[in-house]
Amino acid sequence: MPTVKSLEDLKRIREEALQKRQVKAASGEANIVVAMGTCGIAAGAREAMKAILNLIETENIPGIIVTQTGCIGLCEREPIVQVQVGEQPKVTYGKVTPEIARRIVKEHVVEGKIIEDHVIPM
Amino acid sequence: MRELSLHLLDIAENSVAAGASWIQIVVDESIVQDRLYISVRDNGKGMDAETIQKVLDPFYTSRTTRKVGLGLPLLKAAAESCNGYLTIQSTPGIGTCVEIEFQHSHIDRMPLGDLASTLLTLVISAPQIHWECQYQVDSQTFLFDNQPIMQELEGIPLTDPAVLSFLRQLIEEGIQNIQPLPSGISK
Repeated sequence: MPTVKSLEDLKRIREEALQKRQVKAASGEANIVVAMGTCGIAAGAREAMKAILNLIETENIPGIIVTQTGCIGLCEREPIVQVQVGEQPKVTYGKVTPEIARRIVKEHVVEGKIIEDHVIPM
Repeated sequence: MRELSLHLLDIAENSVAAGASWIQIVVDESIVQDRLYISVRDNGKGMDAETIQKVLDPFYTSRTTRKVGLGLPLLKAAAESCNGYLTIQSTPGIGTCVEIEFQHSHIDRMPLGDLASTLLTLVISAPQIHWECQYQVDSQTFLFDNQPIMQELEGIPLTDPAVLSFLRQLIEEGIQNIQPLPSGISK
C-alpha cells in the first residue's frame, strides 16, 4: 500500500525549503516557460514539461520556476520552451523533445551553456 | 492527440487563457454504466452563444497568432463516434463548462492516457488558479484540491524539488490506487 501524503509531510518540506532558500538567496532564479497551446500540446509539450519536472526532482535542483504560456505563433516549431536565467536575455528553444528538455535544464540552467543547435532566433 | 488526458490538458489551458481563477476537473470512469465522463468547469470570461458555435467549427480559434484551432471539433467528432457527446455551456462574465462523454468500452474510444501528468502540469504551471480535480472510478474517488497546499506552502515555489516530489507522488498514487486495469486483467 503506497504511503498517503498528508499536509504534515508538506509542513516539514516547507521548513526544509525555507532553510535552503536562506542559504542560496544570492544565486539568481531561473524561469522556464513551456508553450501549452493546442499546437504545443499536440507536439509533445506535456512530455517536455514532465522531463523538466522529473530532472528537477531527481537531481534536486533548486531555484527553477516552471510556468506555461499559450501559442506564440511558431506552431511548426513546437514544443517550444523559453529559458531565462537571472538577468540574462531570454532564449527560445524549438522542437524540444524530452531529451532536449533535460539538456536545457542540465546544460543551460545549471551550467550556463546555451544549446545553440536548438535555439530559435527571435 | 491520441490521449484523452492531452485533450483534457488542452481544454483546461483554454480555461487558463480565459482568465479563470477557479477550474474544476472531473474524470468519471463508470465501468458499471459503461460510460467515461470528463468535464472542465471554470469561472473565466465565458462565451456568448455565437462564439460557442464557432469554437466547435474546425476553422475557428480565438487566438490571433494563427487562423485554425482544432482541439474541440476533433474531440467532439471522436466522442460522437463512440456513442457519446461534447457539449459547451457558457455565460459571458460567469464561466464555461465543457462536458464530454464516451461509451467506456467502445473499440474506438481513445485511452485516458497519462492523467497524472496532465494534472501535475496544470497545477505546477498555473499555480495562481484554484484547481479542484476529481477522479472517480465507480464508487472510488480521488480528490485533489491545490488550495490547502498553496496555503501551507506560503510562497515556497511548487518547483522546489521536495515540494515537486510530494505533489507528483500525491497525484500519481491517488490515481493509481483507483485506476482500473486494462480490460481482461483482473486485480
